[in-house]
Amino acid sequence: MDVRAQMSMVFHMDKCLGCHTCSIACKNICTDRKGAEYMWWNNVETKPGTGYPTLWEDQDKYHGGWTLKNGQPRLRATDKVRGFTNIFFQPYLPQLDDYYEPWTYRYEDLFDSPEGDDQPIARPVSMVTGQNIDTIEAGPNWDDDMGGTPVYAENDPNLRGLSPQEREELFEFQRLAFFYLPRICNHCLNPGCVGACPAGAIYKRGEDGIVLISQDKCRGWRFCVSGCPYKKAYYNWNTGKSEKCILCYPRLESGQPPACFHSCVGRIRYLGVVLYDADRIEEAIKAPQGDLVEAQRRIILDPHDPQVIAAARASGVPDDWIDSAQRSPVYRFVKKWRMALPLHAEFRTLPMLFYVPPMLPVIAKIEGGTYEVSDGDIFGSLEQMRLPVRYLASLLSAGNEELVRESMRKQYAVRFYMRAVKVGDVDKGRAEQILKAAGLTAEEAQEIFYLSSLVMYNERFVIPPYSREYNIEVAELGDVGHRTAPQTHKGETGIGFRKPARRGA
Amino acid sequence: MSSDVLFLQIFPYVAVTIMVVMGIYRNVNDRFTYSSLSSQFLENGKLFWGSVPFHYGIITVLVGHLIGFLIPTGVKAWNGVPVRLYVLEITALAFGLMALIGLVTLAIRRLSDPRVQVVSTGMDFVLLLLLLVQTVTGLWTAVFYRWGSGWYVQAAVPYLYSLFAFKPQIGYVAGLPLVTKIHIINFWALCAIFPFTRLVHLVSLPFTYVTRPYQRVIWYRRDTNRPAPNPGTLPSVSQGAGVPTGLGHSDFYGRMTNTGWQGAIHKDAAV
Repeated sequence: MDVRAQMSMVFHMDKCLGCHTCSIACKNICTDRKGAEYMWWNNVETKPGTGYPTLWEDQDKYHGGWTLKNGQPRLRATDKVRGFTNIFFQPYLPQLDDYYEPWTYRYEDLFDSPEGDDQPIARPVSMVTGQNIDTIEAGPNWDDDMGGTPVYAENDPNLRGLSPQEREELFEFQRLAFFYLPRICNHCLNPGCVGACPAGAIYKRGEDGIVLISQDKCRGWRFCVSGCPYKKAYYNWNTGKSEKCILCYPRLESGQPPACFHSCVGRIRYLGVVLYDADRIEEAIKAPQGDLVEAQRRIILDPHDPQVIAAARASGVPDDWIDSAQRSPVYRFVKKWRMALPLHAEFRTLPMLFYVPPMLPVIAKIEGGTYEVSDGDIFGSLEQMRLPVRYLASLLSAGNEELVRESMRKQYAVRFYMRAVKVGDVDKGRAEQILKAAGLTAEEAQEIFYLSSLVMYNERFVIPPYSREYNIEVAELGDVGHRTAPQTHKGETGIGFRKPARRGA
Repeated sequence: MSSDVLFLQIFPYVAVTIMVVMGIYRNVNDRFTYSSLSSQFLENGKLFWGSVPFHYGIITVLVGHLIGFLIPTGVKAWNGVPVRLYVLEITALAFGLMALIGLVTLAIRRLSDPRVQVVSTGMDFVLLLLLLVQTVTGLWTAVFYRWGSGWYVQAAVPYLYSLFAFKPQIGYVAGLPLVTKIHIINFWALCAIFPFTRLVHLVSLPFTYVTRPYQRVIWYRRDTNRPAPNPGTLPSVSQGAGVPTGLGHSDFYGRMTNTGWQGAIHKDAAV
């Protein structure tokens, strides 16, 4: 058993209000630079919808992620041969227009325009070419709140598995439903970007599993952009280097959660260490599609198990990290309560960002022409979900509908039970029955309720000590340390660079 | 001093010195600037018809020159049979034309596309011009001064050998037609500008991709048997037990790399 620690995440979709505060925090800190304007390391999509970049989930279009070929995992976009033959032109590379052309406005015209009969206006100009844009045709969150619309929602690749009748019902005006899908890099256990990088510039940090691109080693071959099925590796057209979410590791190393986590208004985000068995990664990748989520859960280890603790120590996981893993909210949501599910497990990258599926906008029915959320019982029932389970299963469980139902049943049972406890207007006996049917105890329901609604900052974000002094020492004493170790030059140039990150010739 | 001495004897040494010294300087000092500087993200359509024929064309022709340089006797023997000579000449010409077509397409693209213009530097145009001169003079030689593959190994290769031996004998090439001389001199010019252009992506071709495992993990700590920095509240940790030093290779951060599932993700931890 090779036990490793992974900084993992849970997003509670039921709580996301779609305010985009996370995106703005990220934009301000990480991508407010020339060449990175179009990048949203953190973005929030409306689902059903086409997302960012447009139709990123459609791997017939983008060829991201892994598939099994004769039982062996293969990248769809590249391999040891195509890594060279396609190096001069990449067939599956998304274009700037698949994201959008970033723009600003000529605000100075409002002040500097000569006096005239017309009111001056601020025209939109491209942040790439600086030329005027006559009609802005795409932008960040262009399809925000457009659930149910023909152009955006109807083209959602997740709708493909639905029957014509289900699709028709979904787009019935009275039944319209949508929810938000906040996305950052999943910091996968089997990242497509790392596997695709010809230069070997992308790596997973052993200590915390954060996936990073060495900017000095990147040669701009752009295979990571194609290889990542989530399209969370981005090409900086100005510097000629690829970039991606760094999970704000400088913040983590000083004990703070990433900016998007910290700023989350709905408090939907949880961060914590999970321990996993790296020896069994390959086994988990090769699982049959319906079993992928369970296979991933199987390699996540119980940090309370004495055997796991012993193996973790033998593998060099520090004790304070094991302790942190024991307090991890992610472990509880993913493995203990089995409520959080990975996004598109069928891409076989083992993403380590998990989602609790949304329930509230989902359950309702039409009764006598009116929209009815209750069914005698206070919250309606799972059979009346406005979004078909099959849709959520396509998104979150590689098509395994039972896993979504299981998570939904638990959320529903907790709600019902807590209503009985706190308000008392529903039958307690029935509440306990529902709880039992969902496979939960009263204590667990209380715990889930606490972690979902009341929990404070330090329990949502359980960050282990990073022991930076030790790592800096290693880096500085490394064989080429004095020359390249970023820490030694941090004070002069900012994180990781000895010189300003200027485009080469 | 005749212009031949200046351009064919002195200039090569100056050019190669610039290439080596400045190439090393940039590689050591400014690694961030090494990139293919691809603009495919900004313009996709024309790039395909430019980049693909250009690269396949120019690489084949370049490798051909290199083979002639390394094993001139082999080329002579090959060309001993007329049919083989024709095959070689026609193949080389075809790839040269491919390179030219690609290059012209790329030049037009760089001059006309507003997005690509934004990421174009003066050096890009200098490089395009020199490459254009090189390709055109090469094709000119191939078409008008017949059987270049034959006399390349008789004239240019000995000239190159004499330069490498520091006993320059420009007599081998002094009598060549002007266009061919330009081809040679322009080659040295390309060497000279090499470290100042995007051409440096040539020396970072990712051959290690063939052999490396798909996954790549880098550690701060697994490279050492030192105790863990923070034993914490739980009993002490046998840090690095069974973890040998010096396996894997060190990243530029001085951290050790580990292998992925394609090799064996646990090997250097468990062996």
